[in-house]
Amino acid sequence: MAEEMTGAQSLIHSLERAGVDVMFGIPGGAILPAYDPIYDSKIRHILVRHEQGAGHAATGYAQATGRVGTCIATSGPGATNLVTPIADAQMDSVPMVAITGQVPSSAIGTDAFQEADIRGITMPITKHNFLVTRAIDIPRAIAQAYHIAASGRPGTVLVDIAKDALQEKVTFDWPKNSDLPGYRDHSQPVPEAIKDAAALIAQSVRPVLYVGGGVIKANGYKELRALAELVGAPVVTTLMARGAFPDSHKLHVGMPGMHGSVAAVTSLQKADLLITLGARFDDRVTGKLSTFAPNAKVIHADIDPAEIGKNRHADVPVIGDVRLTMAQLVPALKSEFAKHQPDLTAWWKQVDGWRTTYPVGYDMPSDGSLSPQYVIERLGKISDPETIYTAGVGQHQMWASQFISYEKPRTWLNSGGLGTMGYAVPAAMGAKVGAPDTTVWAIDGDGCFQMTNQELVTCAINNIPIKVALINNDSLGMVRQWQTLFYNQRYSNTDLHSKRVPDFAKLADAMGCVGLRCERPEDVDKTIEAAMAINDQPVVVDFNVFRDAMVWPMVAAGTSNDDIMIARELAPDWDSQEL
Amino acid sequence: MQTHILSVLVENQSGVLARVSSLFSRRGYNIEALSVGPTENPEISRITIAVNVEGHALDQVIQQLDKLINVIDIIELPERTSHQVELILVRIGLKNGESDRKSVDAVLEKFGAHVVEATNSSVTIQQTASPAQTQMLLNELAQFGIMELTQSGVVAMGRSIQP
Ligand SMILES: Cc1ncc(C[n+]2csc(CCOP(=O)(O)OP(=O)(O)O)c2C)c(N)n1
Ligand SMILES: [Mg+2]
Repeated sequence: MAEEMTGAQSLIHSLERAGVDVMFGIPGGAILPAYDPIYDSKIRHILVRHEQGAGHAATGYAQATGRVGTCIATSGPGATNLVTPIADAQMDSVPMVAITGQVPSSAIGTDAFQEADIRGITMPITKHNFLVTRAIDIPRAIAQAYHIAASGRPGTVLVDIAKDALQEKVTFDWPKNSDLPGYRDHSQPVPEAIKDAAALIAQSVRPVLYVGGGVIKANGYKELRALAELVGAPVVTTLMARGAFPDSHKLHVGMPGMHGSVAAVTSLQKADLLITLGARFDDRVTGKLSTFAPNAKVIHADIDPAEIGKNRHADVPVIGDVRLTMAQLVPALKSEFAKHQPDLTAWWKQVDGWRTTYPVGYDMPSDGSLSPQYVIERLGKISDPETIYTAGVGQHQMWASQFISYEKPRTWLNSGGLGTMGYAVPAAMGAKVGAPDTTVWAIDGDGCFQMTNQELVTCAINNIPIKVALINNDSLGMVRQWQTLFYNQRYSNTDLHSKRVPDFAKLADAMGCVGLRCERPEDVDKTIEAAMAINDQPVVVDFNVFRDAMVWPMVAAGTSNDDIMIARELAPDWDSQEL
Repeated sequence: MQTHILSVLVENQSGVLARVSSLFSRRGYNIEALSVGPTENPEISRITIAVNVEGHALDQVIQQLDKLINVIDIIELPERTSHQVELILVRIGLKNGESDRKSVDAVLEKFGAHVVEATNSSVTIQQTASPAQTQMLLNELAQFGIMELTQSGVVAMGRSIQP
């Protein structure tokens, strides 16, 4: 198949061959040759309003579908606008490919117009990146980029292509193999590790399944459920793993970490064994590392060998695809349990004590104003379990994780590792493009929303009817909460005045969306239902909520998980609990 | 903390050295010396890195390096089981002329180093030896006053017969 074409045509051909069905981007000089064949391609290109939106949309698409997301931008400022979503996706192991135009190869290094060394800039924030200066190298770079992004521990790959490579004539030749001598496949766990893990589990009387986002990446929900039910241990799902295991399952004891439930945080602290599945001992989970789960042995199952022992020593490392690991662990454990199965009754008595005494809850505001937690809780109750939620970063994000019951994987999308404000709206757009028949709600903060709301225009014009629940607390609420707790209520630069300006309903209207407002508890259900009834346009609901609401429980940054607070100056009453 | 020699085989492509050094700097690993050069295979280069870390951290360094797509293989070369060599060029002054020159020659003979250039006021010496040896040579030459020193990073190769 020796077809003569331009490098640009070969790029689009390659993207089609790689299975791309949609990409998000903005054209410009250096990438312009590629936009001409896009005009004829079956790949849907969605013209965003800001490249950051393109990157988060590709991320949302990837997280909702499990496929690789694609974004495309021009050189210089187009490429640098992608830096935040690239870092964001890489931190959360999201498979994404970013394609950027570069100035012609002869001009590289001369500070040419719109030149930025995006390969150099993104080296530390990508799984891998390429600079392509010859048309002949385009198909291989694209094939490798999609392979690297999707396989092993997924991540972000950037392909920077010089303009002359796009213009050059070439014969299209799709590579037959990936030809990456340094890229190792770690997906198969070794049988000895599985045996050691099973042996350790069979000795444990206080085990916890510590489940991270890797389980979702590996599509290992069935295997997780089988393993959890076999071990019968408490299950905690991290912020990146919400939905990997049904919240309503009796073994689920909540989210661990800085704003985790008392039961989840404390069961990790008191465990004798952590069965760690696709999680990475992030500081927001461990609190002060030296005091984290002090009496626990650790089984650490992860596909990335560099995660083993990075933060916490692993007694039994199991390197491999966590889905395969769990699938192989089940029969290994059954034969161990046939010899001896530990009795977890005493352990569950403790865990259930924490769970019933300290459920995650909230107080209604005394002044009759709207509680943000109540709004989010009602949204979760009224929506069906298929609904996909995205969140920004801040208090609303934590409440959305705490007060919605996630029953299915890929229904909770958020920026966990990087904590990127502005993620929610474009990610919801990408998720809706990937799952057009599913309702997608962006639960966003008034601060976050003002960073990327321009993508609602993209949604309106391209018939992507997402819904936004704007938790408007007039402020950068999470930062304000820290100022309340740690800076003597000196509210330096956290007051957004966003109950006054902008008028979010009017802004929504101006962007081609339906704008609704809700200020009273009694209007919450009917406003949500009104938003649900609109399916041909994006909807923004401005929920004017109580500004002093806080996220609890909380483990203050840098302190021990043992010092978890359930409210201001209120620690759990450990003395009345059997420990 | 201890110095470990890592022999890192990489694809011979632009940007690879930047990837390796950027990894070391962003993860806070301390490079003592680094040298890059071709191997018997024109598509593969070898980066020899002397890194100063504790035992547990060494494993992290290796695992993180291994994640770089262009890194093909990483071998730790312990002193006992490998040849480790570095090259120095050092220029020393001859304050006392002829008499200094005699003492310098005695030192050089002891270390098997040789003179690549000599004038009335200085000698330029080349030495290829283990890092420990070159350090000893430098210590002895210090008495004459070192005017200029240039030192390659260590290069290493596993012994064909392991002890
Ligand atoms: C891009 C970016 N800038 C700054 C921050 C720091 N930050 C974390 S949460 C937050 C406040 C977010 O405000 P809002 O969107 O209104 O959410 P709220 O906490 O009020 O629910 C800020 C500024 C961040 N995470 N990301
Ligand atoms: Mg806010």
